[in-house]
Amino acid sequence: MKTLAGTGGLIRLILRRDRIILPIWIVVLCAIPMSYVKQYGDLFPTAQSRLDYANNAGFITLYGELSGTSLGEFVTWRLGFVPVMVGLISLLTVIRHTRVEEETGRSELLGSSVVGRHAGLAAALLSTFGANLVLAVLLALGMHSQDLPWSGSVAIGAEFATTGWFFAAVGAVAAQLSANAGTSRGIAISVLGAAYVLRAVGDTSAHTDGPLACLSWLSPIAWAQRIHPYGENRWWLAVVMLAATAVLVAVAINLAVRRDVGAGLLPARLGPAEGSLGSPLGLAWRLHRGLLAAWTVGFALLGLLFGGVAEGVGDILRDEPKAKEMFERLGGSAGLIDSFFAGVMTILGLIASAYAVQATLRLRAEETSGRAEPVLATATGRVRWAGSHLLFGVLGPALALFASGLTAGLAYGLAVDDVGKQIPRLIGASLGQLPAVWLLAAIALAIFGLFPRISPAAWAGPGICILIGFTNAGVQLADWTNDISPFTHLPRLPGGSLSATPLIVLLAITVVVGCIGLAGWRRRDVPIG
Amino acid sequence: MPAAISTEGLVKTFGRTRALDGLDLTVRTGEVHGFLGPNGAGKTTTIRILLGMTRASSGTARLLDSDPWSDATDLHKRLAYVPGDVTLWPNLSGGEAIDLLGRMRGGLDKKRKADLLERFDLDPRKKARTYSKGNRQKVALVAALASDVELLLLDEPTSGLDPLMEEVFREVVQEVTDRDGRTVLLSSHILSEVEALCDRVTIIRAGRAVESGTLSELRHLTRTSIRAELAGAMNGLAQLDGIHDLRVEDGLVRFDVDTDEINPVLRRLTEIGVRSLVSQPPSLEELFLRLYEPEAAK
Repeated sequence: MKTLAGTGGLIRLILRRDRIILPIWIVVLCAIPMSYVKQYGDLFPTAQSRLDYANNAGFITLYGELSGTSLGEFVTWRLGFVPVMVGLISLLTVIRHTRVEEETGRSELLGSSVVGRHAGLAAALLSTFGANLVLAVLLALGMHSQDLPWSGSVAIGAEFATTGWFFAAVGAVAAQLSANAGTSRGIAISVLGAAYVLRAVGDTSAHTDGPLACLSWLSPIAWAQRIHPYGENRWWLAVVMLAATAVLVAVAINLAVRRDVGAGLLPARLGPAEGSLGSPLGLAWRLHRGLLAAWTVGFALLGLLFGGVAEGVGDILRDEPKAKEMFERLGGSAGLIDSFFAGVMTILGLIASAYAVQATLRLRAEETSGRAEPVLATATGRVRWAGSHLLFGVLGPALALFASGLTAGLAYGLAVDDVGKQIPRLIGASLGQLPAVWLLAAIALAIFGLFPRISPAAWAGPGICILIGFTNAGVQLADWTNDISPFTHLPRLPGGSLSATPLIVLLAITVVVGCIGLAGWRRRDVPIG
Repeated sequence: MPAAISTEGLVKTFGRTRALDGLDLTVRTGEVHGFLGPNGAGKTTTIRILLGMTRASSGTARLLDSDPWSDATDLHKRLAYVPGDVTLWPNLSGGEAIDLLGRMRGGLDKKRKADLLERFDLDPRKKARTYSKGNRQKVALVAALASDVELLLLDEPTSGLDPLMEEVFREVVQEVTDRDGRTVLLSSHILSEVEALCDRVTIIRAGRAVESGTLSELRHLTRTSIRAELAGAMNGLAQLDGIHDLRVEDGLVRFDVDTDEINPVLRRLTEIGVRSLVSQPPSLEELFLRLYEPEAAK
């Protein structure tokens, strides 16, 4: 096995490089399921309440059909999205340690030492497989510690791990196809997305006895899900997943033999010889448009989803005082559906603030990569350059929130036959989050302008707000803690009373903080490494 | 005509490090000025101050008769800059990047761009992520050299270029200076490039100019190597000023002599009687090695 020489050393290198991120995702993906057991056991104590909760089109699209009413099955069903996350992280990890290494030329450096042709691929796959195995073992132990039966706990571990393995192998194949890591990621994520959509369409169709039910059986995500932990524990589906993984690994190895180091199987595409870009804004549009489209589509889907489940949620909230209390703390108490939507809008606002910070920190990425310098050496002033990126940090989240309000209004409006009124109400409610979102973008700008070296600290803004928001939904926090988050000061929309004062105060703070950031940026040295 | 670039007592500190320590630099309008010095001497910091990216801690800098910090945007219409390590937007093609930088500077000469693309043998359709270091460098060079500007600030612009492309670079720089009368500040480590292109050079070390002048002026600063077979004893030779490393090998006398002191030394040699004599002029390499060495600043 000369082609595998050096695999052990490369695995050690991967574990060394990922020594922080790897434990984090394993622990988080283990902790989420464990925390759900108690939480959902308390919220939905009876078999009937669980059936009522799960039996609506929105949740079936999102998580699939509930396989049985035992607590283990209910929690596993509700966790339906976590295996997708496991798959996503696994494929990204494999691509990061294969194609990215090749693209940056680092693997060439290693390849010239005693490292076999397949060692890089093998090391990336084995590390990812190993991480998923550790996750499975910890998850089985953890779920059992929550008083769930052993067999089901091992089965849910198998569901997660085989999903991770399968998509790690998808990542390995995608990494061979294109010489560009971004394209490879796109291919692999599309496969994951397609598997999810097939399952969603198939399950939704099955729920209504439609003709497309068979589509689910084309989706590896559905295969793993239908292991049905804590119910039938169909181990043979885990074996199917392993076999499919083995096939994909064989394909990846075969493709790897057919290509040169650094090359892909798909030809690199050429761009235009003459550019039409001629302004900082044009450049910013080019750099931000992919991100903008992805966030807007994602928010539109979230809106559709929340709008779709709203009516059903209303029924549950009526019967489940604890769940109702949770949503009221998140979003206010102005009628059941309205408090649900107000809670949803807070969640969307919190997520949108992450986008606002991401778009704003693009400034820093351009500076540290050295791409800002040639632009600033042209007749482009500093404020104009920063403004071209900030436009996307300000209007991007606005567009994404608008899209979610629109689709939520459409979905809920269709369900209650009141589209004309629901769409403007929910668009208004979603845009109502913007003052808090913009404030976090302004803080990111201020950090970039005044303390560029600690720019990543800007992520603490959305991080702290999300932590406060979600913790407060579960247990009532002290007022002063809540008051830290700008989202606490927003009117509870829809349904709550709209008072202009907090909005004006938030906007005024945003403008002041933003101007301080721009002033700092104008005065400081560029680039600060 | 005022100088294109002049700095006086320029100081820049980053925390406790003094990147520039009283730099005086004058670049006359229309000349190609070589800017040399070891790594970390402060060349890039100087260029960033001239670009208004970095603010000097003290001292004055004038660029095209304006203040490089407060008039940065207007000045940038009149100059083009090529960094030593060009990074581009991976998903833009080379052609798009060239046109973008050109337009933001105020326009490109299309004919000139096409000509440069051909001479530098650069395919503008390729995405920047697929370019090698040399090709990324060419993108920045084409964007700068095709611009209609008065001043070019080039910071090690040929790093990563192959010798053929370096030759093209020399031709093009000669064209833009001879024909269009542009001023060039060229930071470089490639001595043959400096010798071929530069009218005058400034050598900086530890943030301070240690020498400045034409290359022939600088040559006077260095030593000539002499190897001679003498007819008599070398009495008194060691006592003469400007003689270094005097030694006798196989009946031959070898020594180095300061170029300014060469006349008295030669007179003394002919008094003793010379059978044969080989004299080697100072090479540029030796000159720079000596000036780059830490003692040279003293």
